[in-house]
Amino acid sequence: MNIALRKPSVIPGFGLSLGFTLTYLSLIVLIPLSGLFLKTFTLTWEKFWIEVTDERIMHAYYITFGCSFIAALINVFFGLIMAWILVRYRFPGRKFLDSVVDLPFALPTAVAGIALTALYAPGGWIGKYFEALGIKIAFTPAGIVIALVFISLPFVVRTVQPVLEDMEHEIEEAAASLGATRWQTFTMIILPHISPALLTGFAMAFARALGEYGSVIFIAGNMPMVSEIVPLIIITKLEQYDYAGATAIAVVMLVASFVLLLIINLLQKWSQTRTVKD
Amino acid sequence: MFLGLSFVAVVIGLPLAAVFTEALRKGLGAYFTAISDEYALQAIKLTFLVAAISVPCNLVFGVAASWAVAKFEFLGKRLLVTFIDLPFSVAPVISGLVYVLLFGAHSILGEWLIENDIQIIFAVPGLVIATIFVTFPFVARELIPLMEEQGTEQEEAALLLGASGWQTFWKVTIPNIKWGLLYGVLLCNARAMGEFGAVSVVSGHIKGSTNTIPLHVEILYNDYNFVAAFAVASILTLLALVTLLLKRAVEIRTHENDK
Repeated sequence: MNIALRKPSVIPGFGLSLGFTLTYLSLIVLIPLSGLFLKTFTLTWEKFWIEVTDERIMHAYYITFGCSFIAALINVFFGLIMAWILVRYRFPGRKFLDSVVDLPFALPTAVAGIALTALYAPGGWIGKYFEALGIKIAFTPAGIVIALVFISLPFVVRTVQPVLEDMEHEIEEAAASLGATRWQTFTMIILPHISPALLTGFAMAFARALGEYGSVIFIAGNMPMVSEIVPLIIITKLEQYDYAGATAIAVVMLVASFVLLLIINLLQKWSQTRTVKD
Repeated sequence: MFLGLSFVAVVIGLPLAAVFTEALRKGLGAYFTAISDEYALQAIKLTFLVAAISVPCNLVFGVAASWAVAKFEFLGKRLLVTFIDLPFSVAPVISGLVYVLLFGAHSILGEWLIENDIQIIFAVPGLVIATIFVTFPFVARELIPLMEEQGTEQEEAALLLGASGWQTFWKVTIPNIKWGLLYGVLLCNARAMGEFGAVSVVSGHIKGSTNTIPLHVEILYNDYNFVAAFAVASILTLLALVTLLLKRAVEIRTHENDK
């Protein structure tokens, strides 16, 4: 059996490029990240457990994961609509809209944070209407959800768009000629086709929302047990020099992020085999 | 259709409008005073400095990594690509925390650093390193699929015709990937200038010396200096809009080339 570490090639520069890549990667990413895990090992299991299951932190997990989930769900719905509009319709300003969808990617999170707070605070453009109805948005978890919807919007749109674009029209035409209504065509033909992409988009939006800090802290109010997110707790602990506590919580978040990353990769693989089969 | 458009208008359009409205609430005079304030100017300088160091570093890395991944077949290639993507899935605050643990006063390196009077965390080098971490994958992610798609034929042809390795690189590879490079640099730069969470952790939040523009915006906002906060924020917003414009321009160019 021939196991080659590397296929021979005439192209030069393998040693140089791979060497530089690995050095840079280790120095910047791998060593620091392992430092984080190593630091956690200085805590005993018991202490680790006490740190990460403290009541205030459990509430923060609840807020962070809960709001991210809701925001990602909202974005699945509207992201699908957005992708649909961008792919299926031709209208003036379509290219503009396409670029605008990327704004949450390009806009710094702090700027998004203060802009959203200004909008949804009791005196803001949107906030004052809800204030009249007695509903508070800013400084509550609802505000957190809105901020997270903003920053994770592009993920669903961008994952669903290519799949919708590549869809062959013949399938839909065949369904229509066989008597399916638009709704039936949508739910039984199109939706199953794009569901891997939708799921991937959801997972990516969820993952992004989990770690979000800059756009949330302005609108959240940051009250412990009510509207405090996990990244904020990490920073609070750092400011109190509770490195062990901050590290413990960070490790939990990191593990959650890596699990999500794995899920996303698997979903993408699944979606690729789906389209190849078609 | 209407639902989608109104969603975008509300969710994206309104915040954009809000930035500029709040910034100009007290008129152009107050706007210019805010952005020419001494601390604001230093924040701007620092942001540009950090970006000017991080982006080229990640650019060189991105090119090296995609050369290694796209032009060769080797064991562990997929693992390498996964590792390169890691910073994307790490929350910004954790990215900063990682370096505080590594270089902070209580870390392994901390004592050595204090002895030699080198300040990394809570100083500019810390900001640079944290920014390099969070913008790490951008150029590589752009270039790897692009170079993989382009394959190795052109480089092999050039080598056959007698070009040296470096000649092949500069005259064959680089022109082929220049739009992908530009795209990656654009995204890298936008993120580097706008990064908040990671730099918030490693910065000393000291006005005038360790504050980038996003951090300065936070300080102004927390001081209830809203007009100034939005004024400075509008600089970043303009940067974001320029980035989107340039992104569009690059996309148009690449489609022209494909035709």
